[in-house]
Amino acid sequence: MLSPADPIDPMIDIVDLCKRFTKGKETITIFDALNLAIPRGDFVAVMGPSGSGKTTLLNLLGGIDRSDSGAIEVAGERLDRLSESELSRWRASHIGFIFQFYNLMPMLTAAQNVELPLLLTRLGRKERRERVETALGVVGLADRVKHYPKEMSGGQQQRVAIARAIVSDPALLLCDEPTGDLDRSTADEVLSILQVLNRDLGKTIVMVTHDPAAAQYAKRSLHLDKGHFIEKELVA
Amino acid sequence: MNDLVLIRKNLFRRKLRAILMMVSILIAFAIFAVLASFERAFNAGQDRATPDRLVVLNKINFTQPLPISYYNRVAAIDGVAQITHFSWFGGYYQEPRNFIAAFAVDPENWMKLRDTDFVFSPEARAAFIRERTGVLVGARMMEKWGWKVGDHIPISSSIWSQKSGSHAWDFIIVGSFTARIPQADTNVMLMGYDYFNETRSFGKDLISWLALRTTSVAANERVIEAIDGMFANSPYETTTDSEKAFSKAFAAQLGNIALIVELVVGAAFVTILMIVGNTMVMTVRERTREIGVLKTLGFSGGRILRMVLGESILLALLGGLPGLGVALLLITKVRDSLMNFVPALSLYPDIAAAAVGLMVVFGIITGLVPALNAMRLNIVTALGRS
Ligand SMILES: Nc1ncnc2c1ncn2[C@@H]1O[C@H](COP(=O)(O)OP(=O)(O)OP(=O)(O)O)[C@@H](O)[C@H]1O
Ligand SMILES: [Mg+2]
Repeated sequence: MLSPADPIDPMIDIVDLCKRFTKGKETITIFDALNLAIPRGDFVAVMGPSGSGKTTLLNLLGGIDRSDSGAIEVAGERLDRLSESELSRWRASHIGFIFQFYNLMPMLTAAQNVELPLLLTRLGRKERRERVETALGVVGLADRVKHYPKEMSGGQQQRVAIARAIVSDPALLLCDEPTGDLDRSTADEVLSILQVLNRDLGKTIVMVTHDPAAAQYAKRSLHLDKGHFIEKELVA
Repeated sequence: MNDLVLIRKNLFRRKLRAILMMVSILIAFAIFAVLASFERAFNAGQDRATPDRLVVLNKINFTQPLPISYYNRVAAIDGVAQITHFSWFGGYYQEPRNFIAAFAVDPENWMKLRDTDFVFSPEARAAFIRERTGVLVGARMMEKWGWKVGDHIPISSSIWSQKSGSHAWDFIIVGSFTARIPQADTNVMLMGYDYFNETRSFGKDLISWLALRTTSVAANERVIEAIDGMFANSPYETTTDSEKAFSKAFAAQLGNIALIVELVVGAAFVTILMIVGNTMVMTVRERTREIGVLKTLGFSGGRILRMVLGESILLALLGGLPGLGVALLLITKVRDSLMNFVPALSLYPDIAAAAVGLMVVFGIITGLVPALNAMRLNIVTALGRS
């Protein structure tokens, strides 16, 4: 095993994972016996050439795509054994997703966007509002509560998306090129927030990126190529 | 925020589109409610007739005339107890929209036949028989126009004219009458046929129909055969039926029109259904990515199905309920002027309730396909490859 995962309780533990796509008669094998272990509290940058399966890996980790064989355990749950609805419920409480293009709801304000995941909880109105305020505070947007996505810059929208990802306090954040659409300084702001979330709030983060500078914010970076990982330690 | 807020925000995301859909739904449901109310009112009128009364009509349809000579010939048939004839005057007072239900009759026999329905004072009875230019006006019509016995009133006809070319006749109200039974409508005017027939410029010696009472219900069958047999193969063939069947036929005439209207409205309804359904499919397809995001956040397929259905039902209600309001307005507006044709016209609560039920069904039908699509949507495909 490549990584120094906590042998008792890793956040992510993938063993001999196999993932294929069938397009018509053609079958593409993305992963053939992939192994990966990531301990709790880690911040991993995943790099690799386009088409190497980075997004597919995140989808598998987040339980929005299914593997063909092998074991995939995330936050203590064997995802390969859960049904669609179980996965759906599991995602709501364990995973925060951050996408390249923010994916905010255009007709909702920043606060309402952040509140969305809380509609899946039993929290009352007041408690939800407090949580939304906290999450927006963490990303430094406490003053943008009533703004709509189209009234905000890309960086601000991505920070709203981060607030949405952390509002239900998931242990694992999955980020797919979160700074891919941002300029350098805005990207740095967003990455600093992720770093804070990892360091101060103990979130485990898996971040796909093409940008070596972005990868510098992670504790370590993994290179995905031809269905396998090559590791490079960044932070000792 | 809750799911309803989310549903509403989704619906009004494109305001113009939402409003256009609502307006078309509004029109569909307004027409539905008006039509259903009319149909109900027509049918309500059919149960007033008594079984021993027969009506003799032109076989072609009830708007075609019969010769006055039929009156005496039918009167002579064995089993006919009482008989009168009617000629439709097509009257209005001052303005065409002030419709007056007026008939030219044989005064003495008409009152005999209608004695079971109306109360005639001896003075009114005598005056109506005596005065050639006199008319007998029912209590409700007197009240409606504020008329008194002795008033001279000009009544115009939308059908007939006098020999002078004028469409107006000057009548004197010689008496009034009240209802003996609650179903009898006194918003009606009767004039003597002789005066009407002499002064009109065309249609001389023609009448609209005959109404008679048989000696017993048992004689009906025989009397009907005798009458229609007597005039078979003549230029004016007849069809004789019970009064009940007549009001049914009368309603059926209007009913036929109603059927056409219903077909047109039905077609419009289906068209609007398809347009709204198609728009909903498009609307939800545009949101594919967002639905993928919601699912990623942990919204279940079932919940998303309910949200889309909720949206289409909300749309149907937001369009349909004002549509009911419009229907109520329309019905209230025309009720008085149509009192004579459809006395019971009103937006009945059960029709309104049925309309609301139909709105929900409409919402479900228009939302079902996009809702199922959204429910089944694969997250990875929805999020797309970017
Ligand atoms: N739904 C799908 N159906 C068929 N093939 C797919 C599907 N999703 C991904 N693939 C294929 O799997 C491979 C890996 O795709 P993936 O999106 O994971 O790559 P990636 O590493 O994220 O690339 P990029 O850096 O361009 O985002 C690609 O060859 C892609 O064509
Ligand atoms: Mg990718």
